[in-house]
Amino acid sequence: MSDTLKSVAELFVNRFGDSVTVGSTQSGIVSLDIAVEHWLEVCRALRDEEDFSYGQLTDLCGVDYLGYGQSEWETEHASSGGFSRGVDSLGPGRFDWADRPEADQVEQRFGVVAHLLSFRHNKRLRIQCFAPDEGMPIVPSLVEIWNSANWYEREAFDLFGIVFEGHPDLRRILTDYGFTGHPFRKDFPLIGNVAVRYDSRKKRVVYEPVEIESRVLVPRVLRSDSRYNTDDVDLAVEVPAAPEQAESGEAN
Amino acid sequence: MSEIRNYTMNFGPQHPAAHGVLRLILELDGETVVRADPHIGLLHRATEKLAESKPYNQTIGYLDRLDYMSMMCNEHAYVRAIEQLLGIELPPRAQYIRTMFDELTRFSNHLLWIASCGLDLGAMSMFMYAFREREMVMDMYEAVSGARMHAGYYRPGGVYRDLPEQMTRYEETPWTKGKDLKRRNEWREGSLLDFIEAFARDVPSKIDIYETLLTENRIWKQRTVNIGVVSPERAMQMGFSGVMLRGSGIEWDLRKKQPYAMYDQVDFDVPVGVNGDCYDRYLVRVEEMRQSAGIILQCVDWLRENPGHVMLKNFKIAPPTREEMKDDMEALIHHFKLFTEGYCVPAGETYAAVEAPKGEFGCYLVSDGANKPFRLHFRAPGFAHLSGMDEMTQGHMLADAVAIISTLDLVFGEVDR
Repeated sequence: MSDTLKSVAELFVNRFGDSVTVGSTQSGIVSLDIAVEHWLEVCRALRDEEDFSYGQLTDLCGVDYLGYGQSEWETEHASSGGFSRGVDSLGPGRFDWADRPEADQVEQRFGVVAHLLSFRHNKRLRIQCFAPDEGMPIVPSLVEIWNSANWYEREAFDLFGIVFEGHPDLRRILTDYGFTGHPFRKDFPLIGNVAVRYDSRKKRVVYEPVEIESRVLVPRVLRSDSRYNTDDVDLAVEVPAAPEQAESGEAN
Repeated sequence: MSEIRNYTMNFGPQHPAAHGVLRLILELDGETVVRADPHIGLLHRATEKLAESKPYNQTIGYLDRLDYMSMMCNEHAYVRAIEQLLGIELPPRAQYIRTMFDELTRFSNHLLWIASCGLDLGAMSMFMYAFREREMVMDMYEAVSGARMHAGYYRPGGVYRDLPEQMTRYEETPWTKGKDLKRRNEWREGSLLDFIEAFARDVPSKIDIYETLLTENRIWKQRTVNIGVVSPERAMQMGFSGVMLRGSGIEWDLRKKQPYAMYDQVDFDVPVGVNGDCYDRYLVRVEEMRQSAGIILQCVDWLRENPGHVMLKNFKIAPPTREEMKDDMEALIHHFKLFTEGYCVPAGETYAAVEAPKGEFGCYLVSDGANKPFRLHFRAPGFAHLSGMDEMTQGHMLADAVAIISTLDLVFGEVDR
């Protein structure tokens, strides 16, 4: 398995050179990190070229990497009096709309992840790129290449506020008409912002600030477990100086 | 002469043919659809965000409520994603039980589809026939998990418990007694497997009844033949999967192409349509039901011969039994840790897809090594199908839009998530 994966990874590096890096290969799917400026050209090649022919974009979604790898439950010291129980976190379940935190400026905060499927080769591929500017994340739209990206990009725009440049119809899709904020961002409160109910005296639907209290039942804990070897397949691929079409054909 | 303008009409969100809460803005030229703009999200519950705040196992219940017509298939995609990241192998019996219940789920989903599609297009009696059989699948769900619909039966590492030795029976009531009671309990004398076998052997004859009603029915054909035609190229471009793809003539079934559970061990055929219209999709679904019955029988045979564990014996992931907890300190600690904190999944990302009755149901899972997912995204087949709605309805009559919505097999639990 790892050999095939490695040859597949080699194929990408040979063809695209510096514009892609091969990420994880867990559970048999190669993951390609594509630089945002090459996003469209690489995708077009992935669809059109014989070696790849990824005919379908099965899935596309946004990811907010704010707070990745942060634990809420650190035991800093243990004494005869007990353990330190410091829950120190600003996870989405621990604040409401009024006290939502100012998000830290994190590098590579918003990612766009798409899953491609090649019917011809029966292969899947995960492609990912990061929006360059966290304040105003903009990524080129894939609608022209795979039409199915249309609604997926609308969803990522709605939930994460990622703007897809060149999208024909970038409207909100899942949230309410006139909704504020992007609910799947990690600095958006889990309990939400406004509640809707029917007011029988006013004879209409009214919007009110949410009244439920935010709470977290199980803190977020990271435990390292020596049973799992998370080392990836070794993917160190040597990039040839001048990749040729014939070579990449052989690697297939 | 007065100016003629297109007419914009609102369809739904409360409309019997909208299959839930679809709001459709239709631009009509006379009775011809010029543009269809589906407004979705009325059932959006932010399942993916809720999952980020819960330990892995507590999300399984939400999965049943996504596509609430094919509950166990959704669970299957989710638990498979976790299992892939954990790198655990399941006992074969658990795999066979999953295969069998996936097919039962497909069966009940297609039954509901044929019922509601019939209702939409004027074949009222289909509803009664299909729900009669569907009720039995609900009884199987109940026998195995305790819940008729939202089962929560699949767990990372296997399934919650083994198949019961005794199928539930009807009790005597003032209305059901004597010969009537005996008839209703006829299949229920033995175990759940006996019941499933009797059901799967009988059901092809029931499908014949449905086909007698519909397949050559003149009205049915007038409403479906050449309606909503999708070419194979467009089906691929628009992200279609499952029956929507096979109806257009692309032979693609994840159960064959990327087998999971025990699908590589069972024998079945994949029906493929020719024209890509509503009628072909109907034919494909009917044939899939027949194939499902065959798969179910093969699983029943294997499960009878091979008793064994249905859950991984790994207390870091699966809880120990009650008996073990009574006299084993370790088991008690494991139980406590599992139910207060859950288990941590090693950092990484994965995508697990199953061939759900409606198409490819995928689960993209990003873990940072915590006891809760960092990001969970569900690839719902209905979402992609509905996005192709505009293109499929253009140029058709308003009544055909109903037929097209019907054969998309939409459930808004999964479209809106």
